Amino acid sequence: MGDAPLIEVKDLGVRLNTSRGPAQAVRGVSFALRRGETLGLVGESGCGKSVTALALMGLLPDSAEVSGSIRLDGAELVGLPDAAYCKLRGNRISMIFQEPMTALNPMHTIGHQVAEPLLRHTGVSATQARQEAIALLDRVGLPDAAKRVDAYPHQFSGGQRQRITIAMALACQPDVLIADEPTTALDVTIQGQILDLIAGLVAERGMSMILISHDLGVIAENVERMMVMYGGTVVESGETNAVFTRMGHPYTQGLFRARPRLGARKGTRLKTIAGTVPELADLPAGCTFADRCTIAEARCRAALPAVVDVGAAHGVRCIRTDVSMAAGGVGA
Amino acid sequence: MSTPLTAPVGTAAITPGARPVTGFWRRALRHRSFVLGAVLSLFVLGAALLSLVWTPWSAYDIDVASKLHAPSAAHWLGTDVLGRDIVSLLLVGARSTIMVGVIAVGIGLSFGVGLGLIAAARKGWTEELIMRMSDFTFAFPAVLSAIMLAAVAGPGMVTSITAIGIFQIPTFVRVTRGSANAIWAREFVLAARAAGKGAFRITIEHVLPNILSILIVQATIQFALAILAEAALSYLGLGTQPPQPSWGRMLNDAQTLLFQSPMLAVYPGAAIAIAVLGLNLLGDGLRDLLDPRLARER
Repeated sequence: MGDAPLIEVKDLGVRLNTSRGPAQAVRGVSFALRRGETLGLVGESGCGKSVTALALMGLLPDSAEVSGSIRLDGAELVGLPDAAYCKLRGNRISMIFQEPMTALNPMHTIGHQVAEPLLRHTGVSATQARQEAIALLDRVGLPDAAKRVDAYPHQFSGGQRQRITIAMALACQPDVLIADEPTTALDVTIQGQILDLIAGLVAERGMSMILISHDLGVIAENVERMMVMYGGTVVESGETNAVFTRMGHPYTQGLFRARPRLGARKGTRLKTIAGTVPELADLPAGCTFADRCTIAEARCRAALPAVVDVGAAHGVRCIRTDVSMAAGGVGA
Repeated sequence: MSTPLTAPVGTAAITPGARPVTGFWRRALRHRSFVLGAVLSLFVLGAALLSLVWTPWSAYDIDVASKLHAPSAAHWLGTDVLGRDIVSLLLVGARSTIMVGVIAVGIGLSFGVGLGLIAAARKGWTEELIMRMSDFTFAFPAVLSAIMLAAVAGPGMVTSITAIGIFQIPTFVRVTRGSANAIWAREFVLAARAAGKGAFRITIEHVLPNILSILIVQATIQFALAILAEAALSYLGLGTQPPQPSWGRMLNDAQTLLFQSPMLAVYPGAAIAIAVLGLNLLGDGLRDLLDPRLARER
């Protein structure tokens, strides 16, 4: 494999046909991941994070139009027939979902559901698959896995169910793991455990991971590189540390200021970003953030700004980085 | 009220030395309406089976001399206008009732569920086509389609079963497609797609098990409706043909004598009620028992 990227996305665009007309949900998303690398996608609801993930999995509704290119080990995935995609899903690319309460089928035992991808994609026997399922459930930290393999999903807690969905996603040792807000529906105390589990498994199996979250803390601690998405475009991308220390885009800065902090004086109000997320069906012509940006000027609204390289593979889609970054980022 | 019915069955289950009862059966025996429904349904099934080997009198022998007898030691429920033994007629009639119910619901279930699942899985114009066709079929009541079929193929049991079966298809299509669509929107279906399963596998492994309870209940309701429809068609002379007895035909024969001997209508009516009630209770019980979420932790 060498240094060739495992998954390479170039100028990905997704147009969804909604009842209110076509919506450009994702525009010009590009990234490359080598084996073992981790990438974070951060942004608020409706910014295109999940649509990007579903596009990678080929799970968008039939009415969606995907443009650009997604290559897995050099093989093009955009426009791949569904039957061929089925062979990849769960086998080479896997996904963990946000809601562990609904991501498991209530009518089947958990052992059955974890063994299923193995039976489907590998040539193992039912007995082997069951053994493997028990081993997987044990590995993801489900207590008493051998005894509870025949239990139904409703007999487990939320955290345990998320462990089960992780076992399902990892069954076939995929190359790429997409975790779409894997801890959003869980208690804060469980969040850390689940993220540690995922990080451990990613390192242990040499997978590439795309972690999607709206939680900056989760992104900061778990991935090497990150992309900040807004209005369907990547507004900032780079090494996680670089993005957090240098923050070039006004939106990233606003997102960072809006996070709650320990030790803040009592009565301190959380900072918000004024305005609301633009409708995807009705995006402005220029920078998608212009309407909420404090330093926006006329030329920001003229055309979508190009990505400006501010050094060390750190890109910012803003034409006013001279102003936004001069103030020294966050504190300003 | 269920004590006399459940007690003997329940004690059998805990006989010392008996094979340990599995979770399903243990729960089943505790479920009142399931037990009552099973007993009533088995009673009707038993009557039909018994009629194959034994009836007190022949159900086909006419003895006009002893017509309209009151219940006696020889004729437990009396005789009808042609002197036939009522008990024997009821036993043989159970056969055609069960046959009509099973085959008609079988036709409706297999075609209806199949088409409903296809509609939900394929969406688009396939779904439109199937749903509009089922609307079209729905526009013709069972009696009307039976009359049309009888005009072509002649009246008889096969005609009435086919007509009732076809009439059942759109109901099953609608119920299946509606509940299947709800399952397709669930996240575990997305998870299953992410695991690489195709539409066919998802339909069989995820959609069908999750709508099974709805289908079972619907099937028992349809079974009851089929029995009633068969009775109605026999009543109109389009169903089972004489001398073949059926509960519907017995009702038909009884109507002219309603004031003379009203019990002639009560017996087949009660038989139909028992069969319908038993199946409905059985369906309710099965729905509860097949849902693992309602199973108690062992």
